[in-house]
Amino acid sequence: MAMTGPGDRSGADPSVGVNAASDGFRKGAFGVTGSGDTSGFGGLVRVEPGGAVALHSTERPYGGYFDEVTDALIEAVGEATYDAAVQRVLVDRGEITYFVVREHLLTLVQALRDDDALRFELCSSVSGVDYLDSGGPVATPDRPRLHVVYHLTSMTYRRRIRLEVAVTAEDPHVPSVTATYPTADWQERETFDMFGIVFDGHPALTRILMPDDWDGHPQRKDYPLGGVPVEYHDATIPPPDTRRAYR
Amino acid sequence: MTTTSDPYAAGSRETTEGRVYTVTGGDWDVLLGGDAHGEERLVVNMGPQHPSTHGVLRLILDLEGETVTKARVTIGYLHTGIEKNTEYRTWTQGTTFVTRMDYLAPLYNEAAYCMAVEKLLGIEIPQRAATIRVLVMEINRIASHLVGLATGGMELGALTAMTNGFREREMCLDLLEEITGLRMNHAYIRPGGLAQDLPEGAVESIREFLKIMPGRVADYHRMLTGQPIWQRRLKDVGYLDVTGCLALGVTGPILRSAGLPWDLRKVDPYLGYETYDFEVPTADTADAWGRYLVRMAEINESLKLIAQALDRLEPGPVMVEDRKIAWPAQLSLGADGMGNSLDHVRHIMGQSMEALIHHFKLVTEGFRVPAGQVYVPIESPRGELGYHVVSDGSTRPWRVHVRDPSFVNLQATAAMSEGGMIADVIAAIASIDPVMGGVDR
Amino acid sequence: MGLEEKLPSGVLLTTVEKLVNWTRKSSLWPATFGLACCAIEMMASGAGRYDLARFGMEVFRASPRQADLMIVAGRVSQKMAPVLRQIYDQMPEPRWVLAMGVCASSGGMFNNYAIVQGVDHIVPVDMYLPGCPPRPEMLMDAILKLHHKIQQEPLGAKRARQLARAQAEGTATDPLIEMPSTVRVDKEARRAYEQAAADGRTGQFLIERRDGNAVLLPEDRPTGLGKAWR
Repeated sequence: MAMTGPGDRSGADPSVGVNAASDGFRKGAFGVTGSGDTSGFGGLVRVEPGGAVALHSTERPYGGYFDEVTDALIEAVGEATYDAAVQRVLVDRGEITYFVVREHLLTLVQALRDDDALRFELCSSVSGVDYLDSGGPVATPDRPRLHVVYHLTSMTYRRRIRLEVAVTAEDPHVPSVTATYPTADWQERETFDMFGIVFDGHPALTRILMPDDWDGHPQRKDYPLGGVPVEYHDATIPPPDTRRAYR
Repeated sequence: MTTTSDPYAAGSRETTEGRVYTVTGGDWDVLLGGDAHGEERLVVNMGPQHPSTHGVLRLILDLEGETVTKARVTIGYLHTGIEKNTEYRTWTQGTTFVTRMDYLAPLYNEAAYCMAVEKLLGIEIPQRAATIRVLVMEINRIASHLVGLATGGMELGALTAMTNGFREREMCLDLLEEITGLRMNHAYIRPGGLAQDLPEGAVESIREFLKIMPGRVADYHRMLTGQPIWQRRLKDVGYLDVTGCLALGVTGPILRSAGLPWDLRKVDPYLGYETYDFEVPTADTADAWGRYLVRMAEINESLKLIAQALDRLEPGPVMVEDRKIAWPAQLSLGADGMGNSLDHVRHIMGQSMEALIHHFKLVTEGFRVPAGQVYVPIESPRGELGYHVVSDGSTRPWRVHVRDPSFVNLQATAAMSEGGMIADVIAAIASIDPVMGGVDR
Repeated sequence: MGLEEKLPSGVLLTTVEKLVNWTRKSSLWPATFGLACCAIEMMASGAGRYDLARFGMEVFRASPRQADLMIVAGRVSQKMAPVLRQIYDQMPEPRWVLAMGVCASSGGMFNNYAIVQGVDHIVPVDMYLPGCPPRPEMLMDAILKLHHKIQQEPLGAKRARQLARAQAEGTATDPLIEMPSTVRVDKEARRAYEQAAADGRTGQFLIERRDGNAVLLPEDRPTGLGKAWR
């Protein structure tokens, strides 16, 4: 093979680079390790801007209809269950997120759908997110990296809330909400296919987007993007996940 | 009890449960010979390559005669990994990826993605940009409904619907080409506003379009709505009432055909939709016929919206003022096609170092978006299109998940088809109007 | 192919070859293999405005057994690849494959785990058509070039040998550059074109005919479509 292009990092270690787990500090101005960064910014050290998941929570009152919803939820499931279920609540950019433990997920979801003051009839979306290091400046070994995010819509009251459940990759089990929201059927299958989160109680949890015998869960952060180097006459451009990234 | 001339024939009578035979022994061959719904169970695989399955969709149907007893839907034949691809591109480049999901309504994908990015950034786009966004989105809605009608008609055998639908769609695509430069997959709506302003002459072209289109819609009604075969193929086919819709998460024309006027443009308005005057058409039949009527009525409503958007166009910028976010280049048409305008190149190369640095950094690195997550739903022609976007504070998205309406609506296929005829499966799926690019992403 | 074996070799073969190739290219029936966005542009090509029926290709056969041309329109995912191969195998010869769009040609913008990086990994491709998606006019151009290529195909082993010899000597006609019809009808331009073809500068000749422009806007073309079609 002839000379390679300027961004060629085909010999680079895939565990370092753009999506590697960080220890809270971002080094250098570009996502380059080893040689190749001639910008002079190679020695720059910056604190990670809070990572992907803001770890703070919002204090009461939340504002808008969020207080009403929270009060109705506490009344529906009882104060004890609510305190056990909801680890923290975050109100950010006009949206409320309840961080829920998986043991109490089904109770909450049932109450959210059936209670007259809540009436979240529509489960808009079930998606997964892989927070590889869960953000924040300090990484701990057993951080729950796989999150399942439920967006619920109340058509009666025109409200939207978000529930978020976090599990580790070693024990990725979450109870399935298909009994309450049948629409979650395919969406949970997709989350399983892409992230490997196993939904207990799902009627038929199989792969839906990838071929049935595919290995691995593609949208996890440690799964490579899987491209091929693009060949030109005199140069080869590596696939996007191994290129130099200007972060 | 009916008797026949053959003394060994089984007597039968019609009941509410169907035909009930009284078997007296020794006449099984006669009994089964006359019964069309005998032990004829067949498993038929339709697709993924099939002219009538609306894309690369695989249907596995358990048939008993012509009746579908079980319908299984297999998807994933167009899975492109777009969501993962966006994690390796800047926020602006995400627009080009995301636009190729639902390729019949690409501007909706772009708009929802850009609205999510703008919500994360906490910026507001200029008024003119919002108006033009509404304008091109409604043109796209008309084009998408026409394709739904055309391909649905083709699948049912009405080939004239196909050629006519594509003829009107060409008019919509001409407009979009004049405004955005491309017929499909435009990458026109960018975070912060639009790629460029409306060109000269676009407003006149749109007004001409508005003059021609209502006549064409009336033509469709003349051609299809009264036609008995069309009616009988669509009436009472693919029935799904409101409870079923909500349980399965189905939104869009299907939900509106069941009677519930749920339209995110009215319920949860964005881009100024609350200031526009339009209706939300509904039907109460909850079948494919109702969905056809709803889509035709929505085309008319879109025409009204386009006229109103044209009237409220004021001169102004189409990109945010913040130079750290706004796309730097001004595009213009030159001798060799579309590219950076020469004025802009002269400016950054000769006049302003800061502009050059901005251009360089924004194109290579992109802008930074503060950490957090948002969910932004809009009303696409197929239903609620939602973008769940997570940012980790850097120049690239951490996660972009698309709640695509076709993906969720397609789950309703089994509920709509089981118990019906196999030909009605085609009509039911045509009335859902799924776009497999959005389903599989 | 069955036809070649039945024909006698000899003087008449070149005429028969031209006839057979002409019939094959004039009614080249495509198999519906529309996958994604390119499929919509393919349908638009078959619709009223960019009518493919005038080239004999309106009939999109759903059954691959009755199709000659497989236009792979759209991105081929890993799950779809075996299906693609099976459809290709079900097509009887003579068959051709046109990779429409960059995703079919090379994987396109989706350089990742889910997309096959070019259908030539799976089936042999006769014509690559870039574009994302290619305009209907571009698709028609690719189809016409494919027609020209089919017209030049040798019929039988002996003709294939003759063609290989001509290519080695440099006297074979270029299978890709075709004389435009506006040049063919004008005797003087035709002679100039043939002279340019002998010199190997047909592309430059066509640019000079367009007064130095790479492409003419619709209003300036001699048979411009413009907005009059409505």
